[in-house]
Amino acid sequence: MSSGSPQDLAEARPEPAFTVTLDGREIEAVPGRTVAAALWSAGVTSWRTTRVGGAPRGVFCGIGVCYDCLVTVNDRPNQRACLVPLHPGDAIRTQEGTGHDD
Amino acid sequence: MTERPHLAVIGAGPAGLAATAAAAAHGVRVTLLDSAARAGGQFYRQPAAELNARRPQALHHRWRTWERLRDSLARHVEAGHATHLTDHHVWFVERRSDHFTVHALLGPAQEDPVEVRADAVLIATGGYEKVLPFPGWTLPGVLTAGGAQAMLKGSLAVPGRTAVVAGTGPLLLPVATGLAAAGVEVAALVESADPKAFLRRPRVLAAQPGKVAEGAQYAAQLLRHRVKLLTRHTVVEAHGDERLEAVTVAALDTGGRIRPGTERRFACDTLAVGHGMLPHTDLAETLGCRLEGLRVHVDDEQRTDVPGLWAAGETTGIGGADLALTEGHIAGRSAAARLTGAVPDPRGWATAAKSRTRLREFSAALDAVYAPPACWTDLVTDDTIVCRCEEVAGGAIREAVAGLGAGDVRTVKLLTRAGMGWCQGRMCGPAVAGLAGCELTPSRRPFARPVPLGVLAHAGETEDDEHQ
Amino acid sequence: MVGAACALYAARAGLDVVIVDRGPVSGGTTGAGEGNLLVSDKEPGPELDLALLSARLWTQLAQEIGEFIEYEAKGGLVVASTPGGLTALARFAEGQRAAGVVAEPVDAEALYDLEPRLAPDLPGGVHYPQDRQVMPALAAAHLVRASGARLLTGRTVTAVLRKPDGTVQGVRTAPGDILAPAVINAAGTWGGELAARAGTTLPVLPRRGFVLVTEPLPRLIHHKVYAADYVADVASDSAALQTSPVVEGTAAGPVLIGASRERVGFDREFSLPVLRALAAGATRLFPFLAEVRAMRSYLGFRPYLPDHLPAIGPDPRVPGLFHACGHEGAGIGLATGTGHLIAQLLGDKTPDLDLAPFRPDRFPDEEGE
Repeated sequence: MSSGSPQDLAEARPEPAFTVTLDGREIEAVPGRTVAAALWSAGVTSWRTTRVGGAPRGVFCGIGVCYDCLVTVNDRPNQRACLVPLHPGDAIRTQEGTGHDD
Repeated sequence: MTERPHLAVIGAGPAGLAATAAAAAHGVRVTLLDSAARAGGQFYRQPAAELNARRPQALHHRWRTWERLRDSLARHVEAGHATHLTDHHVWFVERRSDHFTVHALLGPAQEDPVEVRADAVLIATGGYEKVLPFPGWTLPGVLTAGGAQAMLKGSLAVPGRTAVVAGTGPLLLPVATGLAAAGVEVAALVESADPKAFLRRPRVLAAQPGKVAEGAQYAAQLLRHRVKLLTRHTVVEAHGDERLEAVTVAALDTGGRIRPGTERRFACDTLAVGHGMLPHTDLAETLGCRLEGLRVHVDDEQRTDVPGLWAAGETTGIGGADLALTEGHIAGRSAAARLTGAVPDPRGWATAAKSRTRLREFSAALDAVYAPPACWTDLVTDDTIVCRCEEVAGGAIREAVAGLGAGDVRTVKLLTRAGMGWCQGRMCGPAVAGLAGCELTPSRRPFARPVPLGVLAHAGETEDDEHQ
Repeated sequence: MVGAACALYAARAGLDVVIVDRGPVSGGTTGAGEGNLLVSDKEPGPELDLALLSARLWTQLAQEIGEFIEYEAKGGLVVASTPGGLTALARFAEGQRAAGVVAEPVDAEALYDLEPRLAPDLPGGVHYPQDRQVMPALAAAHLVRASGARLLTGRTVTAVLRKPDGTVQGVRTAPGDILAPAVINAAGTWGGELAARAGTTLPVLPRRGFVLVTEPLPRLIHHKVYAADYVADVASDSAALQTSPVVEGTAAGPVLIGASRERVGFDREFSLPVLRALAAGATRLFPFLAEVRAMRSYLGFRPYLPDHLPAIGPDPRVPGLFHACGHEGAGIGLATGTGHLIAQLLGDKTPDLDLAPFRPDRFPDEEGE
């Protein structure tokens, strides 16, 4: 049988959730989680489209090696969502193309 | 009292931690640089502090070993013999006439530079997952087995609700059981290897009874979580529109080819896939270290052939956490002896050396068993994306080989852009080599991380100015 | 590239061609180049004439294969950093114009129309609309394919075979001999080694260069842009490090940054001081680049002959041997003209250029070395 969630399994008592925005939309984020983890929790699995084919991408390697999970945070493009931790009020934006407003 | 010699250890996974402890305990001052916020590397990845996890051991194996490593580091830091620099992403190690300079970027933004000088360097940069492409593998929801584990351990996050874990290798077992314990419905573990292959290597297994017991524990957990174990099977396609919705899995014959008519479909929103591991060798290669195949060559003291440079752990050959611990320990002992001018006495680490031999043999046996299916290139269609970063499809690679005469990975890269993107060929290298029918040779990556030109414009400048 | 062009033009002249390379296609300096087809950096003289001929031929080829080789008619912009530098540049451009180059002076205001992101307060420059760019490795591979020549990669020529009368008979390789009455030495930086295996000499030396490659960017730099002191670096005899900023965007997105020149033999170790100089030069020209990330760097060895002109033509010491190498940093651009001239020679036609300045035997024989 599976337990409820990884937080249950590790008996985590995170500090209170805060708000960040994704393309202007407010979402909740648990402190300590990376952008990728917060987006997963909000049911979002892709946050950029590729340069040539416009295909959606999200987490792939999860450890910062593949650069698939690139996202814009507080106007800084091409941040690896699986590495960057979130802070209250952070503005996450989905990216297209090179991430530099093509 | 003379000042201690200074060793920079790069990587705070099992190898780096063991090396730090050994060196600091034997007269060396250690600066441990690591890209993460907390020590542990991949194997001992810790949940972020703000998550206040009271039982992180629920997500881990060999927790007591971690506690020893963690506490040892804390003691040495407290005693002033070690410094742990977190969030330091090393992009270059410069060899100078009588010392090394380690160039890092402060994370997670990786815009601000830091330079650390040391008398010697120990590279323990670990490894990363190999994934061979198949149709649909670029759909969101498809991720590496290690990636699913990393997000679980580090962020206490799961990728979705229903998962299939697939590929080949010992990593698949803890990933499947870990996800299941964390509440994900794991429909199947799809392993392309033949479990009977283990039985052909009884001596090696007998030398590692702990590993055999571990395997049995996993089997029990899979049963408990109702995870279907399909050996000699492989994923042939991942399906979905904007994200993963299902996978098709098929059986393999003894020649490693798909058995027609055995296809089954599993609805899932997550596919955690991996086909083994590859060492990170960029820093060592740029410094001129000899590589053997894809790994950094070291001697019995874990020394590379560049004076003052040691290497330990996955970077010297994939072999798991236990092997990394023994290699790190030996490297730290050797570095301490050599740097303090003592003659190293291998009897001081004889146990570790014996362990290292056994674990390397075990790892070699695992490699032989956990080989990807022989037919994997057949699954790659001309439309299947092979280079994820530059979106180069199988057809373009085949055209470069057949039509333009490319016969090695670098030439395919030049003619198709496969390997020229952000990840610099780390993900697609094995696939390109397989499709080109050639060996995977290590790439030259002078920048282990992308570095802002503004930082590069001043890198090492102060030191050079001092010499003028 | 030069070999590929020789093969293409020889094949189109009706000859049966075999290409032999100890490495892969584009495996030499071609794979480490930026792909420049320039007239802007050449002073009036034989090299410029060869460049103008080559540019015409590249334009023709572009109609056939341009889309496959990232051919861009982007033009070059040479930028002066001081009024004195601008004056010198204007004089240089005047001489080039007399030789047939389109060279348009650009004042301070027009400079920023052409390249809005240049560093501020630059006095001006010269615009060269005839400068082009290709992706060199792709271009060489496509020229080889277009030639229809038999391609033998991974085969080392161990000797150039000669008949008893001294004329060329073919080449020796491990799997077997390849017989032919004409052998073209297009071995680039290794042209001296190949010449030795033919019993003759050609003093080609390596001149190391590094290139920095950035992350993919939208089109922010529109031309190949370089500082006016680049030309002096190319012409310099110094073995010491010369760097001068050269910056351009590519069709694929990344910006390429050069250029460095040093004579260090075939040393393949990455040099942080050189990369630092390249980054510093590029960010001085285009300040926005400071935030842009370098993803990779590669190095190559330009084939350098003592008088900075390539060797193109028959070797009187070895009848049947022709040299086509030593183009320093201009091999991509000059390949087509070189190939065309070699094909004319093979067909006993009068070459379109006077080849005397490119004579392979023009160097005094070195005794005791």
